[in-house]
Amino acid sequence: MNNVVIDLKRLTKHFPVGNGKFTALSDINLSFSKGEFAGLVGPSGSGKTTLLNIIGSLDVPSEGSANVLGKSIAGLSQKQAAQLRNYHIGFIFQTYNLLPVYTVYENVEFALLLQNMTEGERRKAVMQALEWVGLTDKEKSKPSMLSGGECQRVAIARSMVKQPDIVLADEPTANLDSKNSHHILQTMQRLNEELGVTFIFSTHDEKVMQYLKRKISLADGRVVNDETVELIANR
Amino acid sequence: MKLAFNLAYKNLIGAGLRTWLNVGVLSFAFVLIIFYNGMIDGWNRQGREDTKAWEVAHGQFWHPEYDRLDVFTIIDAHQEITGTAAEYVSAGKLVPILLRQATIYPQGRMQGVLLKGIPHQQAVLELPTSVLQYNENAVAALIGHRMAKAAGLKVNDRLLIRWRDKNGTFDAIELRIAAIFSCDVPSVDNGQIYIDFDQMQKMVGLNNHATLLVKGTEEEIELSNWDFKNINVLLKELDDIIESKKAGGIVLQAVLLLIALLAIFDTQVLSVFRRQKEIGTYIALGLTRQQVVGIFTVEGGAHSFLAALVGAVYGIPFFLWLDTVGISFGNVDVGITIAEKIYPYYSIGLIFTSILLIVISATIVSYIPARKISGMNPTEALKGKLQ
Ligand SMILES: Nc1ncnc2c1ncn2[C@@H]1O[C@H](COP(=O)(O)OP(=O)(O)OP(=O)(O)O)[C@@H](O)[C@H]1O
Ligand SMILES: [Mg+2]
Repeated sequence: MNNVVIDLKRLTKHFPVGNGKFTALSDINLSFSKGEFAGLVGPSGSGKTTLLNIIGSLDVPSEGSANVLGKSIAGLSQKQAAQLRNYHIGFIFQTYNLLPVYTVYENVEFALLLQNMTEGERRKAVMQALEWVGLTDKEKSKPSMLSGGECQRVAIARSMVKQPDIVLADEPTANLDSKNSHHILQTMQRLNEELGVTFIFSTHDEKVMQYLKRKISLADGRVVNDETVELIANR
Repeated sequence: MKLAFNLAYKNLIGAGLRTWLNVGVLSFAFVLIIFYNGMIDGWNRQGREDTKAWEVAHGQFWHPEYDRLDVFTIIDAHQEITGTAAEYVSAGKLVPILLRQATIYPQGRMQGVLLKGIPHQQAVLELPTSVLQYNENAVAALIGHRMAKAAGLKVNDRLLIRWRDKNGTFDAIELRIAAIFSCDVPSVDNGQIYIDFDQMQKMVGLNNHATLLVKGTEEEIELSNWDFKNINVLLKELDDIIESKKAGGIVLQAVLLLIALLAIFDTQVLSVFRRQKEIGTYIALGLTRQQVVGIFTVEGGAHSFLAALVGAVYGIPFFLWLDTVGISFGNVDVGITIAEKIYPYYSIGLIFTSILLIVISATIVSYIPARKISGMNPTEALKGKLQ
């Protein structure tokens, strides 16, 4: 496969529990190419969030290696990891995680403030991102005034505004109703197709699965199935 | 940094009542610290100015044996004014004063006083000595309002005074109170009677002798046989009292500041604890943990800026008002120089130090809880799990 953006080899993650350790991920071998629209599915506790966190450089593997955009996650300093996230990785959370004191505009702008951009460049990027998610008319609203679906669209805009290589979405639709879920997924699908951004979801939502081009099933920290869209469609 | 301030501002305003409570207490500490120290400084300045004007001018030359705390030194502590000293005296740049123990008999009582001979034409001290030049029927005498009250004397009262002349023989004469002056310096007033210098020489049988010389000029004067006491030596008592008042005030100020800082500390601990998810989000958005520590520290420290603003809003009108009316201590006579009305004095230094003190201490108490963030695991923080 060309254009590999994420490469996981023999990745294992232990958590210390009491005197022993708990193995949340074991011997994961996966790679993702640029532009994938993939999902990690599996029951609660199967290790989806743990895996996304490692890809997002918020955590490190206990064994094996995780290479993201050519960088080994375990070898990054705090500052390098922060840089990687700031420029290349967008996060979308189940609970939106918007900053309540900031307006929609400021929430989306936040990540750009850490980058070397002029005010004008930022404005352009933010308005573009708000346009992608259809929220240009809400730029001055505070998150508390928005619906859950709108909040998640702001979160998508925030993750997309820096034009990242990878967007990691941890159960993005878990708090949304069916209509909003579809809207969100269609938005992300469009961005994936138009901008070639790699999306990786974690989900146990059936609605999400019908959009996936690749579905990776986890159980007890292991990959039990990894199928692409053709296989899903052929079933 | 700009980001941290922007965020701090929004978070503080967003926190509403809690912020304003903290800011209120802190601003009160601010205003109190400035007010108290301003008052002490005002007292100090006025006290020094008054003491200079009424008593010490630019310092005093003392007869080597004179000790103002020991009245028994007075009888012998005098010498003739000669040479350089005499030149300065005739130029009006040194004011000679001769001291003598004496006894008065107001309303039949007996009272020891300090008799001071001072040239009536002197222009160095504020004392209205010009009234001392008319000695026709009785010797003109000048006293302060404290002395007048203590001895029950009024202007034009006559009283008998007894003293020992240079040979130790008792002599007596009648004095007439020519004027009663009012001043804030008790040490030129309590138990003292002023008469003309020449009159005094005649009475004690000395010629051109003085116990001390008050220096009325900035210029350097070198005199042999006289010990120079500069203003700091002469004002040591006042300085000591002011120092002790300052120290006393520090306790009160420290307690108030501590309460305010505790409130900020508490808010910070709560913030770091409750806003874990937000902390995790910052990290996911690409801030390092140190930067998040910075954001929280600035946010806590920013209480002090708001406090300075709020303090200014009610403090400045309050201070300006005090400056017009002064603070009255009534007519308390505490034996030290204290003006009837104190006008607080706020130096740039005082304001600057207070601001610095409060900003730095608020930042420190904000940093201590925020420091915990640097040890946080971002994935745990994102879960919002309690640690
Ligand atoms: N810091 C930790 N310490 C100990 N165990 C942990 C820690 N983080 C995760 N785990 C455990 O690892 C396993 C995988 O957790 P993870 O959050 O990745 O699951 P998940 O697939 O995202 O589940 P869900 O669908 O409920 O979000 C769980 O059993 C969890 O209890
Ligand atoms: Mg999860």
